[in-house]
Amino acid sequence: MDKREYQWAWLMVLPVVLIVAFSAIMPLMTVVNYSVQDIFGPGSRFFVGTEWFKEVLRDPALHGALIRQIIFSAAVLVIQIPLGIALALCMPKKGPWVSVALVLLALPLLVPWNVVGTIWQVFARPDVGLAGVAINSLGFDYNYTGDPIDAWFTVLVMDVWHWTSLVILLCYAGLQAIPDAFYQAARIDGASRWAVFRYIELPKLKGVLLIAILLRFIFSFRIYAEPFVLTGGGPGNSTTFLSQSLTTMAVGQFDLGPAAAFSLIYFLIILLFSYVFYLTILNMDREG
Amino acid sequence: MARIELNNLAHQYAPGGEYALQPMQHVWEDGGAYALLGPSGCGKTTLLNIISGLLTPSQGQVLFGDQDVTRLPPEQRNIGQVFQFPVIYDTMSVFDNLAFPLRNRRLSEDYVSRRVTQIAGMLGLDEVLKRRAKNLTADAKQKISLGRGLVREDVAAVLFDEPLTVIDPHLKWQLRRKLREVHEQLNLTLVYVTHDQTEALTFADKVVVMLAGQVLQVGTPQALFERPEHTFVGYFIGSPGMNFMDCQVEGSEAIVAGERIAVDPAMAAAASESGGQLQLGIRPGLIRPAAADEAGLMIQVDQVEDLGDYELITGHLGEHKIHVRLEESEKIGSDGLKVVFPTEHSLLYADDRLVGGGA
Repeated sequence: MDKREYQWAWLMVLPVVLIVAFSAIMPLMTVVNYSVQDIFGPGSRFFVGTEWFKEVLRDPALHGALIRQIIFSAAVLVIQIPLGIALALCMPKKGPWVSVALVLLALPLLVPWNVVGTIWQVFARPDVGLAGVAINSLGFDYNYTGDPIDAWFTVLVMDVWHWTSLVILLCYAGLQAIPDAFYQAARIDGASRWAVFRYIELPKLKGVLLIAILLRFIFSFRIYAEPFVLTGGGPGNSTTFLSQSLTTMAVGQFDLGPAAAFSLIYFLIILLFSYVFYLTILNMDREG
Repeated sequence: MARIELNNLAHQYAPGGEYALQPMQHVWEDGGAYALLGPSGCGKTTLLNIISGLLTPSQGQVLFGDQDVTRLPPEQRNIGQVFQFPVIYDTMSVFDNLAFPLRNRRLSEDYVSRRVTQIAGMLGLDEVLKRRAKNLTADAKQKISLGRGLVREDVAAVLFDEPLTVIDPHLKWQLRRKLREVHEQLNLTLVYVTHDQTEALTFADKVVVMLAGQVLQVGTPQALFERPEHTFVGYFIGSPGMNFMDCQVEGSEAIVAGERIAVDPAMAAAASESGGQLQLGIRPGLIRPAAADEAGLMIQVDQVEDLGDYELITGHLGEHKIHVRLEESEKIGSDGLKVVFPTEHSLLYADDRLVGGGA
């Protein structure tokens, strides 16, 4: 083949390269640039090497936020994945109720994230909120603005309300794709309901569960708007997660260097976790 | 093992709606190999699902031996079923797949392992028992589905719903032979649904031909070929199908396009009495060329196809299109092909049904 043709090929991919460069690579490089310099103003900056990274990694406030973040994401997965599967199994398989159920499930996903926070801020208020008043009238002393446990509880319930639908919809699509013959064969083989779930439904859902877990992990690890609106990260810093710490650092204190270093570490953590999840689930298939 | 009796059985999917299955009365003998043959949508899968219990008929009874199983769910019926696509449990090994129906019935692990090994040996799966079922080829997977049906000793019948659809042509033949072997060894009642006449005719002792929810004929492959009881059976079985020509009957002769053809006198008499729309039917391969000095019918030849070991002549007799199978083409003269319709193979049909036939 002619060399000239290869050069043409480079030219053909150039638009994509440019778009990716503008949208992803250049902003990312800017962050990398900030993370290794101390910037006082235009034309006044010093190279500081890994100084900011060391500072960020030693910062006890960020350790706290990271631990809370991991606990939050773990809780989200532990609650939402099984709950999503269970609810998907309860959904009608055909008939007019399918569309009703699908529309109802899609509703929380359509609400803008800061609106979700506002809804729950009002809904859970112990003085005028429906949920808050109801819980207090049951005899629990509930106040999410004052008690860290109540705050965590509210943030988690809010997230379950907001995002479990996504897991349900994915699982529902996965379940619908299982041919009837599998259920019929299982009946003939005398399988129990549990065996049908364990040996037919769960294995067939593996693909969509991989996507559900990845999406829920990534979204929950980046969570910002809802807890920020609901609790503002409080009481104290009990519901301050990584992205809120980052925003405070970058926009509030204008510490661009440490914030950039922190962003990169944050990004790498998500990338690493996602990759590990992906590999684990893929490998579950290969054993035996 | 059991005899299967369909007692006044019929099915409508919606009350008052169209019959997916017309009322029928049949007995299928214990240990027989039956094929349900018919075009798509003729109700053969509906009938199969009624026998397996996946569907409850809207009318009539299904008896296994003396037991009325009409209302019993599949798991209480002791049947095995093999579906169009291989159904295997992805996460299990081949051994666990075969053991699954036995373990669900809480049989001892000792017995399970003996029985699974035996069935695996019979199906040629012993080499792969420890492998994950998911990673095997389609035909091996279909053997596993079959094995799950066979593994239970109390199984009354094994039902097949077009089980060779996804199998490669050269393996179809092997798998079909395997089925015959299994049938001979275990003496099970087998019911096999297909729309492929070759599969039905090579597999079954008795073929049940269905059309539009109706059983048209139950018979041996030979009977279906030689004495089809319905014009559809004649047309559907054989390649090409039987020739049918509108006719009148006078005495013991049928008149087709002005030509007189001798038929069986008793059949001719019954045909004139029936008063229905009459047709003369004859197999393309059973028409023979006339000898040089013999009286015969002149067929105008339109097309000759050489199909290797025989030639297929497409022609017409009057306005009737007709197929003839010939061993050699030399008999075709310039003015057409002179043939004889042997009396014993010339059958009369009144309103699509064989005159004097069983039904």
